[in-house]
Amino acid sequence: MNGIHAGQRRLFLKLAGGSVGMLVLGVYLPFGAHAAAGASVKPAAPRPNVFIRIAANDTVTVICKHQDMGQGTVTGLATLVAEELDADWAQMRYEYAPADAKTFGNHLLGVQGVGQSTSMANSWDELRKAGAAARAMLVAAAAQQWGVPVDSVTVSQGRITHAASGRSSGFGPLAQVAAALPVPQQVVLKEPAQFKLIGTQRPHRLDNVAKTSGKEVFGLDVRLPGMRYAVLARPPRFGAVMKSFDASAARKVPRVLDVVATPYGVAVLASNTWSAIQGRAALKIEWDDTAAERRSSPAMAEQFRQLAAQPGTPAGAQGDVAAVLPAAAKRIDADYEFPYLAHVALEPLNATIEFTATGATLHTGCQFQTIDQLSVAQELGLKPEQVRVRTLMAGGSFGRRANPAGDYVRHAAAVAKAAGGKLPVQLVWTRSDDLAGGYYRSMFLHRVSAGLDAGGELVAWDHRIVGHSIGEGTALERYLIKDSVDFTSVEGAAENTYGVSNFRCQLHSPTKTVPVLWWRSVGHAHSAYVVETLIDEAAFVAGRDPLAYRLARLSTQPRLAAVLKLAADKSGWGGALPKGRGRGIAGHASFGGFVAHVAELSVDGSGRIKVERIVCAVDCGLAVNPNVIAAQVEGGVAFALSALLFQAVTFKDGIVEQNNFDAYPMLRLAQMPHVEVHIVPSTEPPSGIGEPVIPTVGPAVANALFSATGQRVRKLPFAAGGFSA
Amino acid sequence: MKVALRVNGKTQRLDTEPEMPLLWVLRDQLDMTGTKFGCGAALCGACTVLVNGMPTRSCVMPASSVQGAAVTTIEGLTGREADAVRRAWRELDVVQCGWCQSGQIVAATALLRTNKKPNDTDIDGALDANLCRCGTYQRVRQAVHAAAAILAAGAKS
Repeated sequence: MNGIHAGQRRLFLKLAGGSVGMLVLGVYLPFGAHAAAGASVKPAAPRPNVFIRIAANDTVTVICKHQDMGQGTVTGLATLVAEELDADWAQMRYEYAPADAKTFGNHLLGVQGVGQSTSMANSWDELRKAGAAARAMLVAAAAQQWGVPVDSVTVSQGRITHAASGRSSGFGPLAQVAAALPVPQQVVLKEPAQFKLIGTQRPHRLDNVAKTSGKEVFGLDVRLPGMRYAVLARPPRFGAVMKSFDASAARKVPRVLDVVATPYGVAVLASNTWSAIQGRAALKIEWDDTAAERRSSPAMAEQFRQLAAQPGTPAGAQGDVAAVLPAAAKRIDADYEFPYLAHVALEPLNATIEFTATGATLHTGCQFQTIDQLSVAQELGLKPEQVRVRTLMAGGSFGRRANPAGDYVRHAAAVAKAAGGKLPVQLVWTRSDDLAGGYYRSMFLHRVSAGLDAGGELVAWDHRIVGHSIGEGTALERYLIKDSVDFTSVEGAAENTYGVSNFRCQLHSPTKTVPVLWWRSVGHAHSAYVVETLIDEAAFVAGRDPLAYRLARLSTQPRLAAVLKLAADKSGWGGALPKGRGRGIAGHASFGGFVAHVAELSVDGSGRIKVERIVCAVDCGLAVNPNVIAAQVEGGVAFALSALLFQAVTFKDGIVEQNNFDAYPMLRLAQMPHVEVHIVPSTEPPSGIGEPVIPTVGPAVANALFSATGQRVRKLPFAAGGFSA
Repeated sequence: MKVALRVNGKTQRLDTEPEMPLLWVLRDQLDMTGTKFGCGAALCGACTVLVNGMPTRSCVMPASSVQGAAVTTIEGLTGREADAVRRAWRELDVVQCGWCQSGQIVAATALLRTNKKPNDTDIDGALDANLCRCGTYQRVRQAVHAAAAILAAGAKS
């Protein structure tokens, strides 16, 4: 990173190092006292110097504090700056911010990192203000240089112009003069009608060229002089500890350079990844399984069922379920079972540790910068400020890289330290490491009873959830767990979306025996499946149209009702379907977004499902990049269908049964339905999009399957119930 | 053992293990990281390269077995079809995380070199084993059609 400079309240355009010859709008606060953690208070005044750098060659670099795991974040963030700066899209660039929670903290999460689809909501005002302030400074610089009034200077598509004199300049030549000017403390932002980039299809992804040429550098692509490639032999069962190991055969494997023990397992280091993997296969390790999880999946599920039979911790209540439910005219009682899920980002997890004169550098596709910085510092015995974080593009995450425990960066640091603490080490996870290495979406069991009156109206909803807590025992426990309820376990269910007058939601969080973590859309991924298939079932029991039945209960939720109506309308809801086809709908609100899906599928006599068409309506506030939003919806369909149809992590005697994509499949090209995306025009501030597009895909498809076959699938994945795709 | 590989038209002589898959020779010995590791078992297609023009899973292809063959990676993928594929990919903003995209682009280019106007079934046949966790499939399909259209327009002009 260039331009590290003592923290001043006012920062200036500075030379970023003579050899580069580039002007910077902005210097970074030093890594230091603020870096470790701590709340980030959203500053009211614009911070152009923090977020924008303008080079002599006219390029405008936006400093991105939120990581892009494929969801188009850097493109979206740059769009905000370019809009207010009146830049030309072709001059926009991006760069990731260093770890510094004080400067780059996520105002919605309290640490530097991104998750819960917060990047756009966090940066919407912040980056537009920065862009507007930088524009004002450039205009003032031009006015000063040309000796003309400020209000006679205009900016359009990266050109600063004084029409009367015919003078004109790019941003670059004026950047240094602008540097000497004060940062305006107040700026006037554009009205939506003035937008030239926001809300248009104009901005193409900033990472398009690098990612189609093979030139993008992801974490796993880091290459450093003398770097060793390492793989780690972790305990095959969670909770096991190493008794002893014999590395003699491993050391004889050609190109293996070292074998070291760490608190997390035995690492083999080699001059290339493949030789390290061969060396690991030759290790002989004796594990002590005394404290390990040794059960198989059926026994784990049985524990959940037993818990579900008992009252849990209250997570939401209204009216008197205990009195009304037994008296209901009709009842639906159902158990819903969800498996452990792995994230399987296609870039296998990895982190590279490089030792420097003052500490170390972590190179990785980093999602939780300050947490990972702290984790590495702890492993290496350094202060957090001695660990520089170089954030690189990540080949997917889906929640896996945002780990409060910082597991994969810790492992890399521990291996690098055990190997001598001098040479750079890249720790690589193979696909089987990824599938067996934990931090899954927890297994969940939902036990729900719904009561309907004689007219078919829902009068009682009793919802009991069993699943492991993400927050328990982590640094984020205080944030995630309130009154013994981890909100990520009950979100999407505890809100009583359909306003049932007698409602109860309870939670059991059995102690974790395998590590769990958020998985794209977190609790909503399972809770919406339950709520949206059960409301559908209630509608059928009541003899009502599932859409109308929902809408009748959503009078106070206009945005949710609107996406349901829009999706239904665009899908031809209510129209005839060919034989063997079914249509289903689902709507849900999560992470500030409102999404509805209508699914159409066909199923043959052998239970082979083909999801033919998905219509999605989405309201995520003002659509900054409609093209990026559509891509998230399309991709979200594939992500959600993969879990719905195929995916489960299961255990046999405590050992994960899935090693690779043959046993843990994902949707393939030929199985991809046609996806249509409809975005609700909105002037509300933007919310997220990556997560909200997930929860309703599964229940819409499940409801379509019911409409085609009369079968309700309550255990996922569908493959477990004899369906194929 | 010493092997001589022809990668992107350039001869590379290096000392390696005979069984070491081409993927790791490319990535870790030649530092050509455009070709990606995803599964190590020919199950995902992220490591796809061309060997004598044929899409090949480099993660299971021993380096010694491709001696003398022409290996083309994403970094060296050029020509009319590759240009059309890249243009279509960028116009349609296909990429998301990007990890699978080298493999997708190599496979799509190979398809268009032998089939100027692939239909959906042809595209399924050529690209169905290239997994994408972000789910870019709809745009991959659109982009292959778009690339074919670019090539057709170029051929006419």
